[in-house]
Amino acid sequence: MENRTEQPAQPRKRELLMWILSGGLFGMAASILYPLFAYLKPPRLGEVETSSVKAGKVDDFQVDSGQIIKFGTKPVLLVRTPNDEFRAFSAVCTHLDCTVQYRREKGVIWCACHNGTYDLTGRNIGGPPPRPLDEFRVVIQGEEVLISKKA
Amino acid sequence: MKKRLNILYEWVNDRVHLEDLVEFLGKKYVPVHSHSVWYYFGGVSLFLFIIQVVTGILLLLYYKGSEELAFESIKFIMSKVAFGWLIRSVHSWAANLFVLAAMIHMFSVYFTKAYRKPREITWLTGMLMFFLVLGFGFSGYLLPWNELAFFATKVGTDIAGVIPVIGKPIMVFLRGGEDVTGATLSRFFGFHVAVFPGIFTVLLGIHLILVQRQGMSEPLHIERGGGSGGKTMPFFPNFLLRDLLLWLIVLNLLAILAVFFPWELGQKADAFAPAPAGIKPEWYFMFMFQTLKYIPAKLWIIDGEVFGIMLFSIAGLLWTLVPFWDAKSARGEKSRRIIYIGIFVVMYIIALTILGWLS
Repeated sequence: MENRTEQPAQPRKRELLMWILSGGLFGMAASILYPLFAYLKPPRLGEVETSSVKAGKVDDFQVDSGQIIKFGTKPVLLVRTPNDEFRAFSAVCTHLDCTVQYRREKGVIWCACHNGTYDLTGRNIGGPPPRPLDEFRVVIQGEEVLISKKA
Repeated sequence: MKKRLNILYEWVNDRVHLEDLVEFLGKKYVPVHSHSVWYYFGGVSLFLFIIQVVTGILLLLYYKGSEELAFESIKFIMSKVAFGWLIRSVHSWAANLFVLAAMIHMFSVYFTKAYRKPREITWLTGMLMFFLVLGFGFSGYLLPWNELAFFATKVGTDIAGVIPVIGKPIMVFLRGGEDVTGATLSRFFGFHVAVFPGIFTVLLGIHLILVQRQGMSEPLHIERGGGSGGKTMPFFPNFLLRDLLLWLIVLNLLAILAVFFPWELGQKADAFAPAPAGIKPEWYFMFMFQTLKYIPAKLWIIDGEVFGIMLFSIAGLLWTLVPFWDAKSARGEKSRRIIYIGIFVVMYIIALTILGWLS
């Protein structure tokens, strides 16, 4: 009689213990792994949002030439076109993140990494780039060339 | 699942004959007697070493080993990186527990004379690892490039410099120049994360293989009294599970220490600032530091410092070579002298450490 009452209680006890133990182990693993993976993720650096920069004086830039300007942490390509217009584009190639340059002989913006080309409106016209370069606004204020983000 | 694992096991076994290893592990027994508790401290040291490797690699993801950036990068880890404070605190605390566990392991091996024939090589590799652990501690201490570390390194390397003839070149080598500068930091960083871990891993490999191959030593008096009467415990899984349980306890202790007593960063080192008042070395160097304070400036014709350093060097060397001059234990005879020496060393270290903390 005693045996019959004890027998069914045992497996339940065992099951409960299993739950407590494996739950504890799981909790421990989680409490170790969560900080570990959180640590691996680099924190966001408080970047100062740049909205416009002074590129320099108009005379600093020759007609039919291009120059990389620091726009916050990103490079911007300022081009003074053969017809004396100022244009600015993100210098980051839309293909694989290389930095583009102005190529005078061909009158195009060119990426040396994979031979991508853009025309002087930033449109991708040759090679692998999938989309145009992001354009920036250029304002001439007296003698100063100002570059700002397009709204 | 089990079937898959079996297939995987068979696949590997087919190529590298795992059954030999499994059979070996199945036959491995750990003696059970009144001093069995000491068998666990080697395992605890190993566990703390693993913790150091893991947290050390994590710290390397953000640490910058240069004079200008070291302090700032640790500040960054502690304030900006998610759980960075925890990782750094665990690394610092585990370092101290590691030294402590290694010390307990060393002294327990000494007092039970487990170094005696045929385990001399195990003892030697263990001692070399112990000196490396102190080297890890000393080199790692400088890496945050804070005030305390800066002066501790100045003093520590200067002490190496007082050894006659070879001291000066050693000091210049350690410092990467005449003074403690960014060059010293670069060197210590290299030692700490590349040179020492490399050597340590080789020694650890030899040490562990020897322990597996020769099995656990039994204390002399138990062996002479007819051994543990054949009372043993299977290594797998009984001893291993106990090992793991203790590791879990150590991990919890570590977590409590790291969370409730976070390691401080202090002030950034400034080569043109005076040493802060009350500056002290890490606790495991304290007894040597304190001894040097008591030795008079001049002993007959030798400088007090030189005398002290030579004394510690010779003592350390004799300690390391104990399996070779303790002939009695090697023959399986009782050797009281060894016990008295050991007790004296332990008492001396404890007394001088306390005196150092009080002063």
